[in-house]
Amino acid sequence: MNFELTEERQMLQDSLRRYLRDKYSTATRNEILESADGMSTEVWTQLAELGVIGAMFTEDQGGFGGAGFDIAVVFEELGRAGVVEPFMDSALIGGRILAACDKTDLVEEMIGGGLQLAVAHGEPTSRYDMSHVRTSVDGGKLNGRKAVVMNAENADHLIVSARASGDVADEAGISLYLVPKDAAGLTIQAYPLLAGGRAAEVTLDGVEGELLTEDGFAVLSDVMALATMAQCAETLGAMDTATRLTNDYLGTRKQFGRPIGTFQALAHRMADMLIEMEQARSAVINAAGNLNEETRIRDMNISAAKNLLGRAGRLIAEESIQMHGGIAMTQEYELAHIAKRIIMADHRFGDTDHHLERYIALSAA
Amino acid sequence: MDLSYTDEELAFRDEVRAFMRDELPKEMSDKIRLGEELGKEGQEKWHAILNSKGWLAPNWPKKFGGAEWNAVQRHIFEEEAAAHHAPRIVPFGLSMLAPVLQKFGSKEQQDYWLPRILDGSDWWCQGYSEPGAGSDLASLKTRAVRDGDHYIVNGQKTWTTLGQHANMIFCLVRTDPDVKQQEGISFLLIDMNTPGIEVRPIILLDGAHEVNEVFFDDVKVPVENLVGEENKGWTYAKYLLTHERTNIAGVGFSQAGLNTVKRIARAEMAGGKPLMANPHFAARVAQVEIDLKAMATSNLRIISAAAAGGAPGVEASMLKVKGTIIRQEINDLARRAVGPYAMPFASEAIEGSNEALPDPHEAGPVAAQYFNNRKLSIFGGSNEIQRGIIAKVMMGGGK
Repeated sequence: MNFELTEERQMLQDSLRRYLRDKYSTATRNEILESADGMSTEVWTQLAELGVIGAMFTEDQGGFGGAGFDIAVVFEELGRAGVVEPFMDSALIGGRILAACDKTDLVEEMIGGGLQLAVAHGEPTSRYDMSHVRTSVDGGKLNGRKAVVMNAENADHLIVSARASGDVADEAGISLYLVPKDAAGLTIQAYPLLAGGRAAEVTLDGVEGELLTEDGFAVLSDVMALATMAQCAETLGAMDTATRLTNDYLGTRKQFGRPIGTFQALAHRMADMLIEMEQARSAVINAAGNLNEETRIRDMNISAAKNLLGRAGRLIAEESIQMHGGIAMTQEYELAHIAKRIIMADHRFGDTDHHLERYIALSAA
Repeated sequence: MDLSYTDEELAFRDEVRAFMRDELPKEMSDKIRLGEELGKEGQEKWHAILNSKGWLAPNWPKKFGGAEWNAVQRHIFEEEAAAHHAPRIVPFGLSMLAPVLQKFGSKEQQDYWLPRILDGSDWWCQGYSEPGAGSDLASLKTRAVRDGDHYIVNGQKTWTTLGQHANMIFCLVRTDPDVKQQEGISFLLIDMNTPGIEVRPIILLDGAHEVNEVFFDDVKVPVENLVGEENKGWTYAKYLLTHERTNIAGVGFSQAGLNTVKRIARAEMAGGKPLMANPHFAARVAQVEIDLKAMATSNLRIISAAAAGGAPGVEASMLKVKGTIIRQEINDLARRAVGPYAMPFASEAIEGSNEALPDPHEAGPVAAQYFNNRKLSIFGGSNEIQRGIIAKVMMGGGK
């Protein structure tokens, strides 16, 4: 066993952390949040140059990483800084689906920072069920509605899941299509998200696309396993920021003539937060380190992490706000955004309860 | 002991129901149901509707124009208001300042200010908290120096709720810096249009503009706007806080929130079944409902007991802690219930658009409410301060 990062990963972490600390302040991010695109192309390009996207792909795919720990390192730093640019949805999920479907040229473009993707998979009634696809494909035409599609209006292409055969919740019979953003019959109704970035309701009315794979579920479940692990790492980074801000605040804010951290009622809660941080870090390591194990073991570790991060994340977000008091409720204070990132992460790739049930089901299998 | 309503109480409930059915405008209740802001005009309109019925000031004595309801009547009204998605009353003039004026104000102050609260001439806000004085309120620094017929006020207040709508602010100010903190504070009524006052918005994490900073730069306040005696303000402030807490349990809010959670969870499908049939989710809902039912009875017990002997004391702190935990848990359930549709910034998603909310359940901005209501356990004396009060009183051998 060895819990040290490799030299390459350590360098990536250092350069990424330095860049974000210098270039991605609360004020800068608040400007990005207010902007029409909800993201900064400049930040995207510069992070791509630092190797952030390349680290998400294996050498075979044209990258220089692609393993669980490469992805975990990248997303922990993005989470620590509360980055709202769509590295998760565009680069990791979109890019790795294309890589799995051998779209080499597009993957290369993605790694270079010149491509934006959106993955239109979830639907208004699918909640967190990955096999729930009602959108249909018939004679090459896609029809249906996709819900909360991240990055849709900034994307060059959408990857759309559609049912070619079977019932609405069957794992078999789901195909993936590549659809250009300007395709006829495609409607995008976009809106901002509470924790930053933009998403959209996407309506497909007889849209034509390029078939990527007829075994969509297998591709999706592998890529969503990666993404769920990455989400846990991102949340871990955000939790670390919340914990650090709270620790600093308890040491400096004075009420009743002394730093509030000297009140045992708060000090013990700070200690609980620090304990949960260690638990969360270990859960992410378990998930990242088991990514190449057999599917059941992989998914048990991922569900364990998502459940634990959901619980620990809620504790840390809520306790950080509470112990700060009113200041943490204001948009211009860093913690406000970080807390929203932590809590809203519970609504991606299955929430705390969803992964508890999945863990139970996998344990019984 | 008898938990059922008497015939008179049932008749009162029917009267309230009929009032809500006939007098509460639908566009108002629709807004409340969807978690939207009513705005200044909407609030004033609702106040006027209640005032014309004589129900705007349920806790005021009749001689001042109040309804003088007992605890059960107030409970019934709150329950019905929540069930019908009625707006809440803006409390600053009605339930915070008014009890202070009624107990400590001069006859002239009572005769002038109280009718203006009822008829909507004044919109009051509260000048208590300061950047360095939150939970430790008595450490406040805003200075008022006597100069002939005026006080000259300098300093800063913060977290001033709906200060952007207000034309009047009641303030705690320091009139004697040389004595023990609590003994040098006075209670002043200040016209927001006086030169030297500046209001700056604070945008909260859910994007809402509901609180403000208020700056005072050589603001002249006539001495007749001093309430009670100079340097006795802390006594009045504490009296006000106990009245601030009479609706602290928020039973009506919680009941309305729980109804929303159930409505969403019956429609939302999870794994092919309604979310409400999911054992984990159902257990969470049941747990908070059990807590809420017990707290509703605690609330009635405490208010009834207090009706005989003034405002509730340490029990109000208990209701505040439990009440906010329950409300926040319900907010958490609501955001969980909507699943991925918790993520859209709903209030902006619909702004300037005729499109339906990107959410099939019309749940409203439940995630924004989850974040916004983190304030409940912070303001009005944080839950840590309340626990300190409970421990001090109960462990100190009585109250």
